[in-house]
Amino acid sequence: MPFSLALALLAAQPVVDAPPEDPAAVDWEKEFGIEKKVRDPVTGEFPVDPYAQDPANAGARPFAGDGMARAFGGQDGIRSIVDRLVDLNVKDPRIADIFRNQDTVRLRRTLFEQICFIVGAGCSYTGRDMKSSHKDLGTTRADLNALVENLQQAMREHKVPFAAQNRLLSRLAPMDKDVVER
Amino acid sequence: MPAHLAHKAPDPISPRQRQVGRACRSSRSLAPFAAIAALALTSAAHAEPLMDGGKLVLTNGISTVEGASGGGLATWATIAGMETDRGIGISAHVTGIELADYGWQSHGLSVGIRDRVELSWARQNFDTRNVGAALGLGKGFRFNQDIFGAKLRLVGDTVYGSPWLPQISVGVQHKRSLDGAIVKAVGAAAADGTDFTASATKLVLSKSVLINATARLTNANQFGLLGFGGPNQTGRTVQFEGSLAWMLTPRLVVGGEYRTRPSNLAIAREDDAHDLFVAWAVTRNATLTAAYADVGSVATFDGQRGGLVSLQFAF
Repeated sequence: MPFSLALALLAAQPVVDAPPEDPAAVDWEKEFGIEKKVRDPVTGEFPVDPYAQDPANAGARPFAGDGMARAFGGQDGIRSIVDRLVDLNVKDPRIADIFRNQDTVRLRRTLFEQICFIVGAGCSYTGRDMKSSHKDLGTTRADLNALVENLQQAMREHKVPFAAQNRLLSRLAPMDKDVVER
Repeated sequence: MPAHLAHKAPDPISPRQRQVGRACRSSRSLAPFAAIAALALTSAAHAEPLMDGGKLVLTNGISTVEGASGGGLATWATIAGMETDRGIGISAHVTGIELADYGWQSHGLSVGIRDRVELSWARQNFDTRNVGAALGLGKGFRFNQDIFGAKLRLVGDTVYGSPWLPQISVGVQHKRSLDGAIVKAVGAAAADGTDFTASATKLVLSKSVLINATARLTNANQFGLLGFGGPNQTGRTVQFEGSLAWMLTPRLVVGGEYRTRPSNLAIAREDDAHDLFVAWAVTRNATLTAAYADVGSVATFDGQRGGLVSLQFAF
């Protein structure tokens, strides 16, 4: 009886194996239902879902006068500080993972706009509010502290006086509830 | 903080998921299980360390002479250790003070839990040197005391949140003099005592200034080294501790503190204490503090002022 069962099992085997799929021929994006996004040819940014633009999205009111803008070296200084901050963050082993697969082209622009707007260097902020822009990033208090340290380093390297650094941080610190998720 | 990580991943398939996808291509029905296994692996690989060490430098405060974190003399609302709200931290310190007629040495350990609870221990050794002989205790007699502290952060954050809401903590410090017979002989009502503290601490970033105010219910004589209560006052009274510090750099702070103290003993007046300090975070984990400290009259010997040096390691 066991012998005949073995025969039956053998007989049930397909005579010819199905031809193996060629891995290169499989469109894995399609397999996993991934919608491909394409960078805007002009801005280099990926498209985002529509949202209402409002300077209030910056999360802080701007400083009056031009003292802070001068302390940050105007728009050129701010752009350079933001570039350095993003470079530090994406290389910082503590928080680099958060920035992986994020649109750092758009990040550099919106972060520049935000700081430029807050220090009163003549920009409008066109990005999203802090809560929705940090949604699902899974950021912790320690991540935020790491980012603050990187921002301090970038400002220090650009010779922003310490008092002015802290004045900017004083406008950013109240946003912690919106940018820390867990 | 203001990272506008604007949009979702253009291609959120990780290399690990790709591998899983390849492995599953001829047995697609297993894909969900493989995906779950991959997730389990991912979360294991991302297990957070118990000691995250992510606190901003100096926001753990400086160990006080009583072991609790603060400004050296005054207890603050800060929580010891370099942990954030997702880990635990530890801190150890050693402090030496040279006064006109006395020598002070203290050391201690503390644990911070989720930046919420602080548990601390400190040992104080107070060397009477020549005064000991004059008081009939013997030259170089040492008063010793253990202090066990616990502190709970109720609300607020020293750095973040509303600029009008300080970090507020309440604490308890149980002090046990190891020289019970002698402190009672000088008139103390008890050799053990318990202080209760309530502290509010805020770093006013717009001014680069840290402000602390603490109310302490205490009947300790000379921090408890001379026992608790006495002929003038047996029970606890409310005393005040204030600190004002100026941040020069993220790692360098100068400041001053003032602390009122009861004068319970009949045989010796006790004065308020104050200090001027400079604290330097040499590294993320080591803080060196130097101070000029003045505790006034101690056991009838007036003008006790001098230098303080404290070294703290925190992780």
